[in-house]
Amino acid sequence: MKDLFVEIWESVRRNKLRTCLTGLAVSWGIFMLIVLLGAGNGLLNAFSEQGGTFATNSMMVGGGWTSKPYDGLAQGRRIVLDDKDIEVTRGKNFKGIVDKVASTVGASDTVVLGTKHVRGYIEGNFPARMEMEKIPLTHGRFINDKDITDQRKVVVLPDNMIRILFGEKVDLASVIGKRVKINNLQFQIVGIVRANEMQDNNLFYAPYTTVKTIYAKGKEIDDLTFTFHGLETEEENEAFEKNFKAIINKLHRAAPDDESAIWIWNRFTQNMQMNKASGILTIALWVLGIFTLLGGIVGVSNIMLITVKERTHEFGIRKAIGAAPGDISKLIITESIVITAFFGYIGMVLGMVACEILDATAGHNVTEVMGMQMQLLKNPTVGVDVALEATLLLIIAGTIAGFFPARKATKVRPIEALNAN
Amino acid sequence: MIELKDINKTYNNGQPLHVLKGIDLNIEQGEFVSIMGASGSGKSTLLNILGILDNYDSGTYHLNGTLIKNLTEKQAAAYRNRMIGFIFQSFNLISFKTAVENVELPLFYQGVPRRKRHELAMQYLEKLGLRDWAQHYPNEMSGGQKQRVAIARALITHPQIILADEPTGALDSKTSKEVMALLKELNRTEKITMVIVTHDSGVAAQTDRRIHISDGLIVND
Repeated sequence: MKDLFVEIWESVRRNKLRTCLTGLAVSWGIFMLIVLLGAGNGLLNAFSEQGGTFATNSMMVGGGWTSKPYDGLAQGRRIVLDDKDIEVTRGKNFKGIVDKVASTVGASDTVVLGTKHVRGYIEGNFPARMEMEKIPLTHGRFINDKDITDQRKVVVLPDNMIRILFGEKVDLASVIGKRVKINNLQFQIVGIVRANEMQDNNLFYAPYTTVKTIYAKGKEIDDLTFTFHGLETEEENEAFEKNFKAIINKLHRAAPDDESAIWIWNRFTQNMQMNKASGILTIALWVLGIFTLLGGIVGVSNIMLITVKERTHEFGIRKAIGAAPGDISKLIITESIVITAFFGYIGMVLGMVACEILDATAGHNVTEVMGMQMQLLKNPTVGVDVALEATLLLIIAGTIAGFFPARKATKVRPIEALNAN
Repeated sequence: MIELKDINKTYNNGQPLHVLKGIDLNIEQGEFVSIMGASGSGKSTLLNILGILDNYDSGTYHLNGTLIKNLTEKQAAAYRNRMIGFIFQSFNLISFKTAVENVELPLFYQGVPRRKRHELAMQYLEKLGLRDWAQHYPNEMSGGQKQRVAIARALITHPQIILADEPTGALDSKTSKEVMALLKELNRTEKITMVIVTHDSGVAAQTDRRIHISDGLIVND
């Protein structure tokens, strides 16, 4: 093994400039690949950060407008979900698929503390919704079962509303237990959530039963959310949604095949599609990177061809004194791999450094897009897995680059090689 | 040792060129033979066939009892490595390797460990009076020295035969004499079969047996 590397060093040493220039193309290719993948990762991380705020095995259902006449009623009728729909969703029709069901009711109202007040949307919730919607609780607790049964007047507020009411510099933890006035009733603050920067409608939470009673909502609900299991493919999900709509539509005297009487937001299939999209993006970046690298590989192959041509006579001598074709091709292919891997690694390290720089600069920039706070890149770096894959890629690339020159070298008959000069 | 029966060889470069037209030749173990002929007579082709560097069209060639015919490149390389030592007119040393590295090379292809082959190569260089030149590159040496390095390289695998193609062709007369004396001595002391191709009758005169080739046939033995 050492002999092989000594031979390669002897060969490379004689053509330093040529080898370095060619190697540069390989470095550049791998550098681009790593930076592209790093930036792609940053983009995907930022996306999933913003989109990943709910349980992925849940669906949210809400009322819409009918799109066709049915049962003697005209189209364009508004559908409002009610308690019956919760019962049916929980019931035998969807047994084995639907797990937990939670509904909401809400109203716009103002939270008042002394002379300060802030407008928001009070949403009556069940305890299970916290898990389903991944509500980001930072202090205190969320609505619990006792709140529901006793119709307690408790409230969970977002931090931005707290700051408006209690002042910018308030210690959030100290606010727990304090009282605020909503609809002229005293509510106790039991929890604080991180405000959702994507929407500024000041959503806050109270027990479902409390809100329903105070705002006299009767049987009507805003929307219902349920978790489910056992729907693995998009087809299964689609079939379930179709069946679900047919059953709920009937309860509201809408056509079973009416697509818009109620709407379903299926987070599972949405997540599936997002994963698919991010998979496609990653593949696209790999393809781009590999094509960039291809230029370097062609360069190495070219250089190896020239080397083989220059060394024909020397290979003839080696063959005359007993080198088998395998010995010669091993020499060339290993040289090709060593050049590719060496310069590739330089490119890889530089690419990773570039990713770190990107992370330290653009990675923490929060851009305002249409009034929304957005981070365009989050952690734009590549992991060990990509480094290993890139290493494998380099070895394969080096082998391919050396293959044709090696074949050319072994094909020359020893006597012709000896006479070549 | 060497048994050639009715060897024919035709080159097909544009129009066919019948170079060897039925060569019959026997060379025994320990012989010191020269093959003479004008350029184009086929003597180099014959030497290439003997050295398994080139193949032939018809006939048989037995080297030390082994039929040398239709070998794969790998087999041919192994036979060349173990049975044949080459000495060339232009020395054919590898320019970027030192004298001792050049001598080691045949052993490298036999898979001999580095230390062992270095030791052996140094022994052979010493034998040929080149111990102090072991770490020098070919372009730092005179023609005679280079040819002695080449001889050391040919000897190191203990070949049955040494094939020399105009071994003195690139040397001055004084060095030529020394190299010929060396080859003769190796033949006498080590009992190595030696086949020398030359067009120099002075060189041929020092061998024990002279074979003349003309127009692809042996005319005088």
